[in-house]
Amino acid sequence: MPDALRQFADTYLMWQEGPMIWISDVLILLTSIGIVATLTYFKKWKWLWREWLTTVDHKKIGIMYLIAALLMMFRGGADGLLMRTQLAAPGMHFLDAEHYDQIFTTHGTIMILFMAMPFIFALFNIVVPLQIGARDVAFPYLNAISFWLFFFGALLLNISFVFGGSPDAGWTSYPPLSELGFDNGPGENFYLLALQISGIGSIATGINFLVTILRMRAPGMTLMKMPLFTWSVLSACIMIIFAFPALTVALALLMLDRIVGTHFFTILQGGNPMMFINLFWIWGHPEVYIVVVPAFGVFSEVVATFARKRIFGYTSMVAALLSISVISYFVWAHHFFTMGAGADVNTFFAVATMAVGIPTGVKVFNWLFTMYRGRIRMTLPMLWTIAFVPCFVIGGATGVMLAVAPADYQYHNSYFLIAHFHQVLIGGVVFGMLAGMYYWWPKMFGFKLDERLGRWAFWFFNIGFYVCFMPQYALGFMGMQRRMYTYPADMGWGTLNFVSTIGAYLMGIGFIFIVAQVLYSIKYGERDLTGDPWDGRTLEWSLPSPVPHYNFAVIPTVTSRDYWWTLKEEGRTDEIKPKPEDIQPIHMPKNSGRPFLMGVLFFVAGLGFVFNWHVLAVLGLLGVVVTMLRRSFEYDDEYYIQPEEIQHVESALGRL
Amino acid sequence: MKRTQLRKPNRVLALAALTALLVSGCGPEYLVLHPVGPVGREELNLIVLSTVLILIVVIPVLALLVYIVWRYRDKPENDAPYTPQWSESKLLEAVWWGIPIVIVAILGFYTGKSTFKLVEPPPSDAKPLTIQVTSLDWKWLFQYPGQNVATVNYVEIPVGVPIQFELTADAPMNSFWVPQLGGQEYTMPGMAMRLWLEADQPGTYYGHGANFTGKGFAHMDFQVKAVSQQEFDQWVQQVKANSPALTLAGYQQLKQPSVVGTASYSSFPPGLFNDTVWANGGRYMPEMMDDMTGMQGHTADAGKSDQTSGMSSMPGMEMDGKQTADHSGH
Ligand code: HEM
Ligand SMILES: [Cu+2]
Ligand SMILES: [Cu+2]
Repeated sequence: MPDALRQFADTYLMWQEGPMIWISDVLILLTSIGIVATLTYFKKWKWLWREWLTTVDHKKIGIMYLIAALLMMFRGGADGLLMRTQLAAPGMHFLDAEHYDQIFTTHGTIMILFMAMPFIFALFNIVVPLQIGARDVAFPYLNAISFWLFFFGALLLNISFVFGGSPDAGWTSYPPLSELGFDNGPGENFYLLALQISGIGSIATGINFLVTILRMRAPGMTLMKMPLFTWSVLSACIMIIFAFPALTVALALLMLDRIVGTHFFTILQGGNPMMFINLFWIWGHPEVYIVVVPAFGVFSEVVATFARKRIFGYTSMVAALLSISVISYFVWAHHFFTMGAGADVNTFFAVATMAVGIPTGVKVFNWLFTMYRGRIRMTLPMLWTIAFVPCFVIGGATGVMLAVAPADYQYHNSYFLIAHFHQVLIGGVVFGMLAGMYYWWPKMFGFKLDERLGRWAFWFFNIGFYVCFMPQYALGFMGMQRRMYTYPADMGWGTLNFVSTIGAYLMGIGFIFIVAQVLYSIKYGERDLTGDPWDGRTLEWSLPSPVPHYNFAVIPTVTSRDYWWTLKEEGRTDEIKPKPEDIQPIHMPKNSGRPFLMGVLFFVAGLGFVFNWHVLAVLGLLGVVVTMLRRSFEYDDEYYIQPEEIQHVESALGRL
Repeated sequence: MKRTQLRKPNRVLALAALTALLVSGCGPEYLVLHPVGPVGREELNLIVLSTVLILIVVIPVLALLVYIVWRYRDKPENDAPYTPQWSESKLLEAVWWGIPIVIVAILGFYTGKSTFKLVEPPPSDAKPLTIQVTSLDWKWLFQYPGQNVATVNYVEIPVGVPIQFELTADAPMNSFWVPQLGGQEYTMPGMAMRLWLEADQPGTYYGHGANFTGKGFAHMDFQVKAVSQQEFDQWVQQVKANSPALTLAGYQQLKQPSVVGTASYSSFPPGLFNDTVWANGGRYMPEMMDDMTGMQGHTADAGKSDQTSGMSSMPGMEMDGKQTADHSGH
C-alpha cells in the first residue's frame, strides 16, 4: 500500500520535484480547509449555493467573473515575478529550464484566457444590461453555463501545477513541439482541455451579448444612441463569434492528434503544423482585440464622465470600433512573417497590420478632444485612463514598427516583442479593466474604493510598468530571445534585466495595494447613497447602488444619447423614477444548480481526457448530455416578481 | 542598374540611421543597431524610418495629452474655456484620419519594397555560397555542400560573399537568427526555407535559435565567424585534413536531445540535408502545396521551381533539380 501511494504521489502529485511543489501542495490544502471551515463555521454553505452558485443574475455572475479575474491576475502575476526573479542576473539557478518553461506557458495562458477574458466578461455582465435598460441578458441560463465553463476550465489549468504537471510548450503551443513525440506529459492535455472548455463558454457569451444588445435595448435607444461601452461590447462579440471557432477547431484537432493518434499537425504522416499556426492566430490576433476593445469602451465612458463633456466624434468612434473588428481578421500572418510566406503575402499582412493602427489612433485623438475644453476630475478611473494614453500610444507605435515585415525579422521572438505586447496588454487591457472596475465598483457594491490607497497602487504599478518593460525593448535590440530561462554573462544583458526585475516587483507592490484597498474599503469605503457617485451620463447611474435584482422597476423610454445626463441637465430626473401605477409584474428566470453541475461534469470529462482515463471521460460527457436533456424538458423555469414586492423594494430605496 | 536605382533613397535612410545612432550613442552590445552586412543594414534602415514616422504621431499626442490634462483640470480658479456640448469637428476628424493614412502609405511602400528585395541575394560580384542549416535538439548542424565539410554550433563564412542559408529542422521548429547579419527565418521540419545573409566585415558574430524548442533551448547559441576568402579556404582545408567524418550513425547520435559544444567534420553523408527534409515530411509537400498556398499564399510559386524566389519557396519545389528528379516517382 505505501508503495502504491508513493507511486501515486510521484506520478500525479510530482513529489519528486522538490520543496516548491510540497509547499504549494500544503498551501493549497490549508487554503481549502480554511475555506471549508469558514463556510461551515458561519453556516454559509446554503447562502453560497442559493445566492451565488445557482444564480442566473447577470450582476452576480459579473461579480464572480471579477473575483476570478483578480485571483487569476494574482496567479499570473506571481508567475511573472518568478520568471523575472530567475532572469534578474545571468546564470541564475532559482528556476530550472523545465520549471521556467512551465511558468511562462501558464503565465501567458492564464493572463490572456483566465484573467483578461473573465475581466471583460465581468464588465459585460455588470454593465451592458444596465446601460441599455434591460432586466437581464437575452439568455440568463446560458450566461450561467458560460461562467461555470470558464470557471472549471480555469480550475483545470490551475490544478495542473500540482496534479500531473503544467503545460510547457508556450501559450501558443505550436506543434510539433506540442505533439506526442516531443511532449508526452499530461501538461499539454491540460492546456487543450482547459481552453476548450472555457472556449465553449466564451462563444456562448459572445452570442448572448450580441443578442442582448441587438434585441433588448430600452424603447427609444436606437443603435446610434447606445453608450460607447455597449458599442465596444458589440464589436468584441462579433469578433468572438467569428474568431473562437477557429481556436475550438485547432484545439480539437491537436487533441485528436494527442489522444487518438491522428496526424493533423504532425509532420510525419502528411500532417501540417502550419495549419495549427494559422488557425491559432486566426483566433489569436482577433483575441487581442477582443480583450482590448472593451477597454476602449471603458475609456470612452470614463473620459466623458470625468471631463464632463459629450464624447467627441461619437460616429467616428463607432466607425473605428467596427472597422477594427473587421480589419483584425486580416492581419494574423504578422505572427509568422518569418515562416516562409512569400514577399507578396508578407507585404499584404504588413500593410493590413499598419492599417489597423489607423482607427485605433483616431480613437486616441477623440479621447483627447473629449478632454479638450472639458473639466477633468482626477479620480481613480480617470487616472488609469490618462495613464493608458501614453502607454498604449507607445505600445501601438511599436506595434506599427513590428508590422514592418523586414524589421520584424529582427524583432520576432525577441524581447522587443515581449515589451510590445505587454505594453498593449497591460497599458490597454489591464489599465482599462482597472479603470472600469473602479468606475463601476460603487454600482456593484454600493461603496467607492479608497482613493488614497488607490493612488499608491496607481503609482507603484505605473512606474513599475515602465521600469519593467522599457528596458526590454533595448534587450530586444541586444539580441535577447524570449522564452530563455537563463542567459550568459558576456552578452551585456545583465544590467537591464536586473532593472526590469525591479520594475516587476514594483508592479507586484502595486497589486498588493489594490488588494489592501479593496479590503480597507469594504469596511471604510465611502458609501454611495445616490446611485450616481461620479455624476454619470448613462442609464446605469439612474439606478440605486447596488442595483435591485430586477434592475429597472419600469423600463425607461430613451430619447437621447447620454440620456441620464440630459435628464439631469433639464431637471427631469424624477421622470425616470417608477410610478406606482406603472409597475407591472416582472418576469424573471429561476435560479438553477444545473449550470454549475454542467461545469463539474465538463471538468470531470476534461480530467478524463487529460489522463486518458476513458471511463471517466465518457461518464463526464454522458453527464453533460443528461443535464442538457433535462434542461430541454424543463418547463417551470420562470417566475414573476409581484408589484407589491417591487413597490416595497423601491420605496425602501426612497424612489417611490 | 538596379543598384543605382536603389542607392538614392538608401543614402537618405543611411544618413538618418547614422544620426539616430549618434543620438542614442548605443554601445556595441546593441547587436541589431550595429549590422555588419547589407541585409542587417537594410532592416536597420526600416527600423529607423518606422521610428521616425511613428514619432510624428507619438510626440504630438504626448504633448497634447500633457497640455490638455493640465489646462483643463477641474480647479475652481481655472478660467480655460468649457464647452460641454462641443463634440463634432469635421476638419479635426479629417486631420486625424488623414495623417495616419499618409504615414501608413509611406511606411507600407518602403516595407513592400524591402520585403521583395530581401528575398533576392544581396547584390554582389562574388559567387554565392550555400550552407545548409539543420536545427536539432538543441544544437545547430551546418553543412557546406560545395566544400563537403560540416560543423556544429559554429559556421565560418567568407566576407563579402552572399550566403544562401538553406534551413530545416530535424526537431521541433526553431528559428535561425544572427542579429548582426540580419533578421531570422524559421527552420521547419519537412521544409527547406531560404535566407540570404552576407557579412562585409570580418569578425565573430552571435547567433541563436529564436523559437522555443524545449528544455535545452536557452543553450542553442552558435557563432558565425566571418573571415577573408583566403582564410576561409584554408579553414576548409584544415577541417578536411584534421577532423573526423560525420557518418549516418554519427548523425543519429548527434540528433539525440542534448546540449553540446562545437565540432567539425571533414565530410558528411551525401544528400543528408535533403534526406532529412524528405524524411520529415518533405515527401508530402507536393500534395500539401494546395493547402499551403491557401493558407500562406505560396500561389505565386506553385509549380515552378524558381531558384531566386528565395524565402517565398516551399520545399519540394525549391530543391535542386537532382532532388526533384530523385523524388519525382513518389
Ligand atoms: C506583473 C506583470 C507582468 C510581468 C512581470 C510579466 C512578465 C513576463 C515574463 C517574464 C514573460 C516571459 C518572457 C519570456 O521568457 O519569453 C512573460 C510572457 C508573457 N506574458 Fe507577461 N508579465 C506580466 C503581465 C502580463 C499580462 C497582464 C499579460 C496579458 C494580459 C501577459 C501576457 C504574457 C504572454 C502572452 C506571454 C508569453 C508567454 C509565452 O511565451 O508563451 N503578461 N511575461
Ligand atoms: Cu496579431
Ligand atoms: Cu510552410
